Amino acid sequence: MKVGTQGNLTRRKFLVFSGTLGLTLVAGGLSGPGRYGAEGDEGRVDYNWEDHLYVYLIDTTRCIGCGMCVQACKRENAVPDGFFRTWVERYRIGESGRMQVDSPNGALNGFQPSPVDFKVSKGFFVPKMCNHCQNTPCTQVCPVGASYTTKDGAVLVDHVRCIGCGYCVQACPYGSRFLHPVTRVADKCTWCYHRITKGLRPACVLACPVGARAFGNLKNPDDPVRRIIATQRVAVLQPELLTRPNCYYIGIDKEVR
Amino acid sequence: MMPEARIPEVIGFAFPNDIHITWSLMIVLYPYLTGIVAGAFVISALYHLFGREELKPIARLSLATSFAFLLFATLPLLNHLGHPERALNIIFTPNFSSAMAGFGILYNTYMLILLLEIWFVWRKEIIMIARRSRGLRRKLYAAMALWTYDVSPEALEKDRAATRVLAAIGIPSACLLHGYVGFLFGALKANPWWSTPLMPIIFLTSGITSGIAVLILLYLISMKLSGGEIDDETVASLNRWLWLFMIITVSLELLEIMTLAYEQSAEWEAIHPLLTTRLSFSFISVQLIIGSLIPFILLMMAVTMNRYLHSKVRNTLAFVSSVLLLIQVFSMRWNVVIGGQLLSKSYRGFRETYYPHLFEKEGILAGAGIIVLALAGLIVFARILPVFEGSSGLSEQA
Repeated sequence: MKVGTQGNLTRRKFLVFSGTLGLTLVAGGLSGPGRYGAEGDEGRVDYNWEDHLYVYLIDTTRCIGCGMCVQACKRENAVPDGFFRTWVERYRIGESGRMQVDSPNGALNGFQPSPVDFKVSKGFFVPKMCNHCQNTPCTQVCPVGASYTTKDGAVLVDHVRCIGCGYCVQACPYGSRFLHPVTRVADKCTWCYHRITKGLRPACVLACPVGARAFGNLKNPDDPVRRIIATQRVAVLQPELLTRPNCYYIGIDKEVR
Repeated sequence: MMPEARIPEVIGFAFPNDIHITWSLMIVLYPYLTGIVAGAFVISALYHLFGREELKPIARLSLATSFAFLLFATLPLLNHLGHPERALNIIFTPNFSSAMAGFGILYNTYMLILLLEIWFVWRKEIIMIARRSRGLRRKLYAAMALWTYDVSPEALEKDRAATRVLAAIGIPSACLLHGYVGFLFGALKANPWWSTPLMPIIFLTSGITSGIAVLILLYLISMKLSGGEIDDETVASLNRWLWLFMIITVSLELLEIMTLAYEQSAEWEAIHPLLTTRLSFSFISVQLIIGSLIPFILLMMAVTMNRYLHSKVRNTLAFVSSVLLLIQVFSMRWNVVIGGQLLSKSYRGFRETYYPHLFEKEGILAGAGIIVLALAGLIVFARILPVFEGSSGLSEQA
């Protein structure tokens, strides 16, 4: 896989073009190439959270670092400048053991080609977001119970109860939370809860032009994401912390935390 | 927390949300204040519970100091909260899986114990002042005495017994109030610089150190101002306690670093560059050298050569050591609270040092104002209830 080892302008233009194309196709209700997990029940209103247990899957071998997911998230959720509900990291690793990791402005505008002073032997992109952990440190530490896990598996913040102490921000090992500078409460990825409870997919999944992001339901026996997690080799971030993330990764490297 | 005007410079790679300092100067100040609360109470208990007669001259001052700092300890928290109007949610609807939910219980329990102890310790004076006064002043003091004027020897003996009991339950209560703040940091697995079971103990012993240092300064300054006599035995005893607690504190702080370094763990890879670059001034120069090594030597002289020292020399050594140790404890709080946030949870980088501004909401002026308020609270307390027996001290002649 050559993606991201080095870039050039023509490729970048191509990526942006194909990203836009992918977005257009998806917005038109068509299925993108090799896409996982369309729920197929768009527009449902009789939502029962007992019927769902959501799960997220990121295939890093597909990610091209275009940043469309970051942009989509920012627009969908009015994420303030300088803060991120999702972001993309670029890893460039050399045989010498040297490496460089970056995420300029969370990859909101993708990645510019930038030289590194070592020979890159592997490079890849890793989209990051809230892992919606099952054993989550952030809801544990909330002193007023404003952070909570829903029955369908999402970790959310009650913006009316939150006192803005920032303890959950400190407790999250993934850096997924922040204090919103305007609302002054804790803010984080919600898996676009306002969308998924209407049968739509999260904005980032929809925006990804290469199908690197997928959203599924563990309670649906025919769910393709559920099947991949059950049958293929997947990893989670910082498994040693035993937070038991509901966000799974394909093709992750040991250097990724 | 306000978004910063420009993006902070980062060495290495930090998660994009990790470049913000969520816990500001206010969260440095809060454990600083509660540490003084706990330390001052421990000194008062050394007299009231353990009968250390040499500490009698400052026994009341230490209770009053503990109370005044406790009263204003919540201000930095309220100033920091995004929604201070919802602060009471912690007390009324706590989520008990959170260590922070214990705040209401611990704070209120300790406040209650402290108020009761203050009442029993000062009851006789309150009654005497009430009897001597006229009009509104008399009514106020009568109300403070709960309209009971019993100063019979049996009643006073009961006061002393109650004081002993309250001092006994007050020590664990004050230690819990302050130690739990250390637990808040120490029990977060996300942050390698915070996550250690030593954290509550380090917080506690450094808190006691700062409490003793504050008492030494207050005692020396108020005696100087009022022309009262400084008791040599008291200062010598405070020096010994201060030396003991600073040795325990610094040993634990170094033990924590040495263990991390010796283990050569992933955490150390991240913490080592943090300590030697971003925190090199506040950690190595201030906390370890100016704040620990120098007062250690000064106090060693004061304690081991106590018999040969002139009062003025002893007092000067105590004064300088106390100032330096107050700086040490503050820099320790700073290096923990701010240092832990400079380090990204990516373990791959850290942001530039954070400097609070003078005028911002959680800035230097607000922080200094809170400390001034606590000291003003102490002066008001001393105007109402005399803190030094047999001398005018800060108060009117009793």
